[in-house]
Amino acid sequence: MSRRTLFAALAVLGLAGPVAALSPSERLADPAQEARAREISAELRCLVCQNQSIDDSDADLAKDLRRIVRERIAAGDSNSAVKSFLVARYGEFVLLRPTFSLHNALLWLLPVFALGAGVIVARRQFGNHRPVVDGAVRELTEDERAELARLTGEDTPPRT
Amino acid sequence: MIVELGHFALALALAVSLVAMVLPLWGALRNDGRLMAFGPPSAVLQFLLVALAFGALTYAYVGSDFSVTNVFENSHTDQPMIYRFSGVWGNHEGSILLWVLILVLFGACVAAFGRSMPSPLRAATIAVQSSIVAAFLAFILFTSNPFLRVLPAPTEGRSLNPVLQDPGLALHPPLLYIGYVGFSVVFSFAAAALILGRIDAAWARIVRPWILAAWTTLTGGIALGSYWAYYELGWGGYWFWDPVENASLMPWLAGTALLHSVIVMERREALKVWTILLAVLAFSLSLLGTFLVRSGVLTSVHAFASDPARGVFILLILCAFIGGALLLFAMRGPQLAGGALFSPVSREGSLVLNNLFLSAACAAVFIGTLYPLALEAVTGDKISVGPPFFNATFVPLSLPILLAMPFGQQLAWKRGELLPIAMRLFVAILAGAAVMLAVLALSSGREAIAALGLGLGAFVVVGSLDDLRIRAMRSGAGSFFSRLFGLPRTIVAAALAHMGVGLMVIGIAATAFHEEQIANLEPGQTLNVGGIEISFEGMRRTTGPNFIATVGQFTARKDGVELMRMEPGKRTYVGRSMPTSETSRLQRGLGEVYLAVGDAHEGKLDVRAYWKPYVLLIWLGPLVMTLAGLLSLTDRRMRIAAPRRRVAPGAKPEPAE
Repeated sequence: MSRRTLFAALAVLGLAGPVAALSPSERLADPAQEARAREISAELRCLVCQNQSIDDSDADLAKDLRRIVRERIAAGDSNSAVKSFLVARYGEFVLLRPTFSLHNALLWLLPVFALGAGVIVARRQFGNHRPVVDGAVRELTEDERAELARLTGEDTPPRT
Repeated sequence: MIVELGHFALALALAVSLVAMVLPLWGALRNDGRLMAFGPPSAVLQFLLVALAFGALTYAYVGSDFSVTNVFENSHTDQPMIYRFSGVWGNHEGSILLWVLILVLFGACVAAFGRSMPSPLRAATIAVQSSIVAAFLAFILFTSNPFLRVLPAPTEGRSLNPVLQDPGLALHPPLLYIGYVGFSVVFSFAAAALILGRIDAAWARIVRPWILAAWTTLTGGIALGSYWAYYELGWGGYWFWDPVENASLMPWLAGTALLHSVIVMERREALKVWTILLAVLAFSLSLLGTFLVRSGVLTSVHAFASDPARGVFILLILCAFIGGALLLFAMRGPQLAGGALFSPVSREGSLVLNNLFLSAACAAVFIGTLYPLALEAVTGDKISVGPPFFNATFVPLSLPILLAMPFGQQLAWKRGELLPIAMRLFVAILAGAAVMLAVLALSSGREAIAALGLGLGAFVVVGSLDDLRIRAMRSGAGSFFSRLFGLPRTIVAAALAHMGVGLMVIGIAATAFHEEQIANLEPGQTLNVGGIEISFEGMRRTTGPNFIATVGQFTARKDGVELMRMEPGKRTYVGRSMPTSETSRLQRGLGEVYLAVGDAHEGKLDVRAYWKPYVLLIWLGPLVMTLAGLLSLTDRRMRIAAPRRRVAPGAKPEPAE
C-alpha cells in the first residue's frame, strides 16, 4: 500500500507521475535479455523511494537505473556484474536483497537462531516423560474446580 | 462549541481513566468489593466520553468546520459525504482518536460482558486497560490534539489525501485498529492474571473469545488493505513487505500463535508461560507498529506524523507497558511452570509446532523490519531489506505449518500416531501430490516452488474439509448430514479457517503464472493477454465530484465475443495536484484481467495488461478465515457470559476446539 501513497508523495515533490513504471520504449529487443533486466530490476532499490524496486517505480532516478541495467546487460555483463556496478556507484543500499557479509550476518542468522532457540524450548516441553516431581503439575484445588465448573457451566471439569 | 465540548470530554476521559487504573486494581488486591465495583461503570464512562469526543470531531468534519485545523488540513467541501466522514480517521490525530475509541470500547465490553468472570480479574483487567487508555489520551492531548482551532477560519480545506478516497480505505483502518487494539484487552487480561497470580485453564477459557475477536478483525483488516493496494496501485501487487505492512503482520502472526496455544492452556493447562508471553507480545507488537508508523523512524510515507516528540512519547508508552508486563512476568515466572505432559506427536505437540514456526516467522519479519534501523544506528551503514529477504526467510518458515496443519486437526490429545492419520488423510495427500505433479509436468519442471505451493494449498484445502467428513462419520448417530451439521461450530470454524489458509496459499502460488503485457498503443491496436483480446479504442476526459480524469477506452473480447468494456484511467484531484490511477478489471472465474494505463503522448497510450489466474483466492482465503472467526464466536462455548442450559447429567460436554 505504501507505494501508492509514495507515488502521491513523490508527485507532490514533482518527482514522479503515479502509474506504470516500466514504459514500453525502455525495453530491450532481445526477450531473454529483457527478462534478465526485469529480474535484476526487481532486486534493486529506487534510492529516492521508500522500499520500492526500480522495476516498480516511476521516479526519474529509477528510470535512469533501469537504463543503466539494460545498457550493462546489452554490453554483456552478467547479472552479478550489473549489480556490482550499481553497488560501486550507490552503495549497498541499492540492493533489496542484503548481501551475506559480516555486518549482515546477524540479519540472516537471527531468524535461524530464533527457530533453533524455539526448538530447544519446545523440546523441553515434552523432553521428559519421567513421573513428575513434586508440584510440577498441580491439580486444581477443589475451589478452583468449583470455580471452573461455575464458569463453564459444566458439572465437573474433567480431571486431566 | 461542540468541538470544545469534545475537547473537554477527552480531558475528562483522561481524568476518569487515571482513577480507573488505580481504584479497581487496589480493590482487586485487597479483595474489596466496593473498590472493584468502581471498575465496570468507569470503563463505560470512559467509552461514553471518548465517543462524545469522536462524535464532536465527526460533527466538525461532516459540517466542514474549517476553523478546526485538523478538518482544514484533511477535508474539502467537494468531497463526497463518505470521505468527509472517513476523513476523521484519514489523518494522524483522528486515527489515534479512533485507536482510543476502540480501546475504551473494549474496556466497556469487558464491563458489559464480563459478569460471569471472577470480579478481581474483571476489575484488574479494567484497571490495566484504563492505564493504556490514560497513556494514549495523554498522547493525544499533549502531542496530537485534533481539536485545535485556526483563526481566522479558512474558507476551504486542503482535502483528504486522494489515495485515501476509496471505499476500501474508508473501512480498512477501523477494521485493522479493532484487531490491533483488540489485543490490548488480551494484554490487560494477561497483566491482570499476572498481578493476581491466578493463571490457569479458567483464565484461558475467559480470554479465548477476546483473542478470537481481535484475530478475526485483524485478519479482515489486513486482507482489505492488501486488496486495496492490489486494485488501486496500478500493477496488481498485493503485498510489498513494506515496514508498515510488516507492522500489522507481526501482531497477526503472534496473535495466530496465541489463538492456538491458548487452546492447549484451556484443555491441558500446559504452555502457560508461553501463552502469557504471547498475549504480552501480540499487543507489544501492535504498539511497536504504532510507534513505527507514527514516529517517522522509517521515513515511510505511511508516517503522516513525522514528529519526533510523538515518536518519543509512543516509545515511552511502549517501554512502560512492555517493560512492566515483562517485569510482572519475571516475578510470577516460577508459578507458571508445569502443566500436563504430552508426547511430541499429539494435538498439543502439533500446536507447539504451529507456535514454533509462527513465532520464528514473526521473528524473521521483526528482524528484517528493524535490522536496517539498528545497523544504521550502530554503524551508520545503510542497507535495504526488501522482498527478496522476506521471501527467502518467511516463506520456508511457513511451509512446515501448511504441511502439519491437516495432521494437527486429526491428532489425539496427549499422544497420537501419525501413520493412521496419514491413511485417514489419503484423499488430501493424493490431491496435493496430484496437483504438485501436474503443475511440475505442465511447466516442464521450471515452476518447482509454485508447484510446491499449489500442492500444499490443495492438500490443506482438501485436508481441512476432510476433517469435517471424518469427524461427522465418527460422531453420534443419525444420517451423515445431520451429524455433519451437528458438529460444534468451533470445529467447523477451525476447519474453514484452515481451508482459508489453503485457498490463500493457492492464490499466492499461482502468481508464478501471471502474464504481463506492456505496450504503447494507438487507437485501433490490440493486445492479447491470457487468451483475451483487448482493443484500444480511444481516450476521453471526464470530471467527477472532486477530480478530473483521463480515461482509456478498451473492449475485451474472447473469440470475437465482447466480454466487457474496460475503462482504466488516471485521476487528478482538486485541492491536491496528485494523480492517482484507476484500474479496470475483468473477472474470469477466480482470475482477473487487470488493466492500467500510464502516460499518453501524441495520441498513444502506455498500457499495462495482466492475466492473473486464481488471484482472487489471495483475498477470498482471508475472507473465509474472517467468516470462520465470526462463526466460531457464535459458538455457545465461546460465550462464557451468556446464559446457558444445564448440561444433562452424564453427558460429557465437549470443550471448544
